Amino acid sequence: MPRATFRITRGRGESASFKDYATDVSEGMVVLDAVHQVQAESAPDLACRWNCKAGKCGSCSAEINGKPRLMCMTRLSDLDLSMPVIIEPLRAFPHVKDLVTDVSWNFRVKKRIKPFKPRRPDAPDGTWRMQQSDVDRVQEFRKCIECFLCQDVCHVLRDHHKHEEFAGPRHFVYAAALEMHPLDTENRAGDLRGKDGIGYCNITKCCTKVCPEHITITDNAIIPLKERVVDEFYDPLTRLFRIFKPRKPDGGA
Amino acid sequence: MTDYQTHEHDVLIIGAGGAGLRAAIEASAAGVTVGVVCKSLLGKAHTVMAEGGVAAALANVDDRDGWKVHFADTMRGGQYLNNWVMAELHAKEAPERVRELEAWGALFDRTKDGRILQRNFGGHKYPRLAHVGDRTGLEMIRTLQDHGIHRGIEFYMEHTVTRLLLDGGRVIGAFGYDRERGRFRVFRAGAVVLATGGIGRAFKITSNSWEYTGDGHSLAYHAGAELMDMEFVQFHPTGMVWPPSVRGILVTEGVRGEGGRLVNNRGERFMFNDVPDLYKNQTAKDAEEGWRYVTGDKNANRPPELLTRDHVARCIVREIKAGRGSPHGGVFLDIAWIKEKIPNAPEHIRKKLPSMYHQFKELAGVDITAEPMEVGPTTHYVMGGVRVDGVTQMSTVPGLFAAGEVAAGLHGANRLGGNSLSDLLVFGKRAGEHAAAWAKQRPAPAPDEGQVRDAAAAALAPFDRASGENPYTIQHDLQDMMQDRVGIVRTEADMAAALDALAALGRRSRSARVEGNREYNPGWHTALDLENLLTVSEAVARSALDRRESRGAHFREDHPARSDEYAKHNTIVAKAPDGSMRLRREAIAPIRDDLKAVIAENNA
Repeated sequence: MPRATFRITRGRGESASFKDYATDVSEGMVVLDAVHQVQAESAPDLACRWNCKAGKCGSCSAEINGKPRLMCMTRLSDLDLSMPVIIEPLRAFPHVKDLVTDVSWNFRVKKRIKPFKPRRPDAPDGTWRMQQSDVDRVQEFRKCIECFLCQDVCHVLRDHHKHEEFAGPRHFVYAAALEMHPLDTENRAGDLRGKDGIGYCNITKCCTKVCPEHITITDNAIIPLKERVVDEFYDPLTRLFRIFKPRKPDGGA
Repeated sequence: MTDYQTHEHDVLIIGAGGAGLRAAIEASAAGVTVGVVCKSLLGKAHTVMAEGGVAAALANVDDRDGWKVHFADTMRGGQYLNNWVMAELHAKEAPERVRELEAWGALFDRTKDGRILQRNFGGHKYPRLAHVGDRTGLEMIRTLQDHGIHRGIEFYMEHTVTRLLLDGGRVIGAFGYDRERGRFRVFRAGAVVLATGGIGRAFKITSNSWEYTGDGHSLAYHAGAELMDMEFVQFHPTGMVWPPSVRGILVTEGVRGEGGRLVNNRGERFMFNDVPDLYKNQTAKDAEEGWRYVTGDKNANRPPELLTRDHVARCIVREIKAGRGSPHGGVFLDIAWIKEKIPNAPEHIRKKLPSMYHQFKELAGVDITAEPMEVGPTTHYVMGGVRVDGVTQMSTVPGLFAAGEVAAGLHGANRLGGNSLSDLLVFGKRAGEHAAAWAKQRPAPAPDEGQVRDAAAAALAPFDRASGENPYTIQHDLQDMMQDRVGIVRTEADMAAALDALAALGRRSRSARVEGNREYNPGWHTALDLENLLTVSEAVARSALDRRESRGAHFREDHPARSDEYAKHNTIVAKAPDGSMRLRREAIAPIRDDLKAVIAENNA
């Protein structure tokens, strides 16, 4: 059976370093299988997150040969095994140990985004009516598995560390899902412009490229949100209009 | 003196899948303080993997549906071993629980007139599963999570509970550790809700993730609660079989709901060859009628691929054993064939089954719109679990509640697809409500230091051993053994051998040794999970040994027929005073007359 070498980050924070592990490779294996094999054979305390092993939960995010990817969806047959496969933790978040980072910042940011606020039910039995065509675009955003690869690749977070001022692509997708939800009556434009710092995004589309769910983050979520912010705060006619009429009255979209 | 931090809540919920989150939301709405402990990050629990849909008799697609039909379908699917109190509540309350999700922001697929769309599924008479393509579980867990984070609930992510703490026979909290640093935690709570899911990791081929080591089952058992129906483990008929590394990953029943057919290596649609009597008058006579059913013809009966999971799994095993399987030891599941019937088939398949398309394309290099999939059975779900009161979800131990997969009763001998997601919602809510009411009246006293000390010593034991086995090796051996002996086809001799093997594995686990320190150490966690796996494996094997018949998911090669002698009781195991596992049979309470009539009328 062919063998391959995996160069994996071991240790914590500043003192972390690479360590090489050789293991057997069989047909169809993904990077996560190799990590599990290394765990069982030679490094039982090797820390990594994983759950579903089918690209549905977004736990096993890592950087493989420098690219942010899910370990469970990266097949070894797509990598050059004549060289060591480099597996590192995400870089946009504080390191915990080995392949694990502290992603709790994401949960805090999400919590500050204004929650879903539906209009009054359409039918006397308390239900709503929505057409599939109106739901489609929001369903794209709701495919998000919260793997945070988009956050990891975004230079505003990764290189400029604007975690205090910028919510990141994941949370723009989340905000877009709420803003474009056919039933929602909340207005998040002010927050997007303010504490979520959407203006920092300069549309390099790196987030879209790494999304394992193929959500067109930049084009379908971030740009329309930027347009809402512009309409709301920078368009002189709308500003004038807003003085006389609330934009989204409760009870009607 | 054990070093630990204490957290106090009125209600402590262990597990943050659908049941745990729904319980947390309900308990917090009742005005009590709530803590939720989960082994992984929030939103990663196994609910996220549920694909096909949530069963609720909304009657949006077929107005003949209603709670009575759903109730009768659930009882028939469970071969009448179900707790009928739970089956009734479930069928009646599921529609409201689903509509509530919509009010919290869930976006289900729509009917033409803008209501929630419902699809066909195995064992359900009418299209009943509200769904979002084939990622319904993700939609549900995200909706509950995003709603729950604004409810003042405290979440302890990446924490694991290893013991329940007792006070005079009543549960008053739990002991555990945090994954990141390995620090000990004591949770003091007036009521504890178990929502820990299943036991899939006791088997080698499974759709379950590392978390599903039967923690809740084992915690309850060792705290004195009874486990029921543990012989009934559902082997989902369609898991991936190739390549080896993805073996066991689920292929949704939704593929068959959309018209997918099961075919052997002779190209024969073998499910037509074996239709059980209970389902004869509900099953299509030929392929043509089956297709009419999946495309919405109300006068057609469902195709045999949509028979219950236990039956479909056994038919697949039979084909494989008879040499009619696919190249990698499965059978073929073909959805691509519908191009003969509809013009834009590939597009339709990608729209209806996007994550299946994605999963096969990326993991197996198979384009399901053009070629058949290879599938075989995979350990998926345990019908058995903690025995609870059907109305309150309280176990036989005061203050200890259970909801979702970890609880027993609703599904009897076999669960229908889609009934787990509705189970989570209906009984998660009930558990949260009743746990809150219980805790309000009974604040928890301070836990006994002795119990905390014992729990801490047990947790640290694997570090103290100078030599010993790698815990991964023991876990793999246990999974291999359970797969071989306690899998889909069982015999008396296999069960007896399994019990001997478990005793030997138990001795090995007590000498397991871990390397490294307490910080984020999966080797240590694996060692600690072994006790839970051993407990639930023994419960499954003992219960399977005692049921000398074949019913639902439990198939005994040496007793292949159903037996009336076994039709009227549930199998119960509990811990005896000497520490051994004791089994008894508990007669099923006579069903209420009106419900009996509902069943009779739906079987006509």
